[in-house]
Amino acid sequence: MADSSSGRVVETKRHSALVGFLIRLVKEKPLGTVGGVITLLLLLTGIFADVLVPYPYYELHTADILAPPSARFLMGTDFMGRDLLSRVIFGARVSVIIGLSASAMATLVATFIGILCGYIGGKFDLVVQRFVDAVMCLPNLIILIFIISIVGAGILQIILVLGTVWGIGGSRLIRGAAIGVKENVYVAAAVAIGCPTTRILTRHILPNIMAPIIIYFSTVVPGVILTEASLSFLGFGIPPPMPSWGSMLSLGGRKYMFLSQWPIIWPGLALSIVVYGVNMFGDAVRDILDPRLRGGVGRYGVGVKKEEKRNDSKK
Amino acid sequence: MIPTLFIVSIVIFLLIRLIPGSIVDAIVGQQQAFGIAEEVDRAAVERALGLDVSLATQYGRWIGVVPQAEGNFSGILQGDFGNSMWKPATVLEEVAIRWPVTLELGILALIIGQLIALPIGVFSALRQDTWGDYIARSFAIMCIAVPGFWLGTMVIVFPSLWWGYMPPIALIPFTEDPIGNLEMFILPAIVLGMAMSGMTMRMTRTMMLEVLRQDYIRTAWAKGLRERVIVIRHALKNALIPVITVIGWQVPILVGGAVIIEQIFCLPGMGRLFLNAIQLRDYPLVSGVTLLFGIGMVFINLIVDVTYGFLDPRVHYR
Repeated sequence: MADSSSGRVVETKRHSALVGFLIRLVKEKPLGTVGGVITLLLLLTGIFADVLVPYPYYELHTADILAPPSARFLMGTDFMGRDLLSRVIFGARVSVIIGLSASAMATLVATFIGILCGYIGGKFDLVVQRFVDAVMCLPNLIILIFIISIVGAGILQIILVLGTVWGIGGSRLIRGAAIGVKENVYVAAAVAIGCPTTRILTRHILPNIMAPIIIYFSTVVPGVILTEASLSFLGFGIPPPMPSWGSMLSLGGRKYMFLSQWPIIWPGLALSIVVYGVNMFGDAVRDILDPRLRGGVGRYGVGVKKEEKRNDSKK
Repeated sequence: MIPTLFIVSIVIFLLIRLIPGSIVDAIVGQQQAFGIAEEVDRAAVERALGLDVSLATQYGRWIGVVPQAEGNFSGILQGDFGNSMWKPATVLEEVAIRWPVTLELGILALIIGQLIALPIGVFSALRQDTWGDYIARSFAIMCIAVPGFWLGTMVIVFPSLWWGYMPPIALIPFTEDPIGNLEMFILPAIVLGMAMSGMTMRMTRTMMLEVLRQDYIRTAWAKGLRERVIVIRHALKNALIPVITVIGWQVPILVGGAVIIEQIFCLPGMGRLFLNAIQLRDYPLVSGVTLLFGIGMVFINLIVDVTYGFLDPRVHYR
């Protein structure tokens, strides 16, 4: 998909990559900016969870079981009298940890497999891709539950398993990008002057497929957060007492859902807002990094900035 | 397709056997925890699972190219997916009563998903970067962002609190009471369809944007055709082709979603069968069901690919 564009992404002139990016983000992508703010808030909440919480997440207030929101408990309490706000805040920390590390893991796995397959090609590519096919044709959640039921639930297991399974699927994208870059003359030149393969991969291929890699990372984060919540909801995620937004809903939340609705409302709301924000932010990042989708509007003649080059859309 | 299925079976087979944390330990631990037996004979459990022979033989037996301990060939190639460990039923018997539920849920969700997605996606592309577009895109992302298990829970709780409405719990067969059957499936299907529509909506928008920049659309405008004709006849028809692929991609998500939705709405489908089997550590059933999911998925992808060939005259299969 992004293979043809990746070559040009790096060549576009930016005064300072980050500043230029932020200016464009705010100017051109209002929704992306909102998403960015939500993402930033999530990050800060996760990092400063210890400072932000009014009570420890495990503290029982037995006199106030299933209390509605009040000045003392801003979001109310759950069936054991634990402060929901504190648990939602700590749930944010879990989401940040899982979201970042599992996505990083997935990106690493995808990049590793993708670059090797794309650059080496031939039989190696053929064989590895059949395995990728096999993993991709099993539903993600099924295979995750399957593996986690064997290795056991836990934060580390979730990160490793989630990262590997998602990474294998994502290697397709990176492979496509790597194949596109491999055809460039500078790679042939590097081979001609006797560059070792590892150097070609890390110095010539990798920098030129950074755009698809960043895009892939940004699309994985919300998916990973949501999947962790689903796994925790089904009991295959973060084991209690650590609060995860998914397990807050299933453990206790649903059992007492007709008595008090607050324990099921808050975690889902937090999850929805976060996934929405991260998605929007990722979208904006993709739009800005991927020039193929830039410019032009749906109706012909109004603001079409530049015709796409014909061969761009072909290969 | 056949090689893929072959590798899928190898992957499933190896997953159970090579991942640290053996099933035998899990089963022994569980039997002790349940008080079924104080001293569990590990070797007996291994024999019962057929783990007492070499990996290659085990795989051969499972697939059906190596004779079983009794000397007969009965494996997947012979149509025998093995037996459940706890229930006196074969894997196929268990699956036979469950799959229609999941299929109906999936098809309904697919239809509802497209009904939501296509009009909004087209609208969003036509009004790119206007407020209408932003609202439509926000809605698309919201469909993706709102977790199905949360939406499902809310859909059960609030109608029953406000209007005293509960979706029927016991399964009503379609042949007996079509209306009651649909009533039972409609809420879960909407929840599942919402989750899927987000992706299709975004894909429709992207593809429409790409197609609307093509030369033949300019020609159509130049000919003075009405916008409606250009959008529906010229643009949408071509933009939809890649959208079909997305529907193919969504099937795994659909199945994953079905696992959760069936759990929430108490629908006795494949997803619940899978979860129950996992919770009971019924690994013959688990691997059988997983392989069947894989087979189903491969077939659906085949159907999508073939449809693609019919829809897009540029695609030829040799």
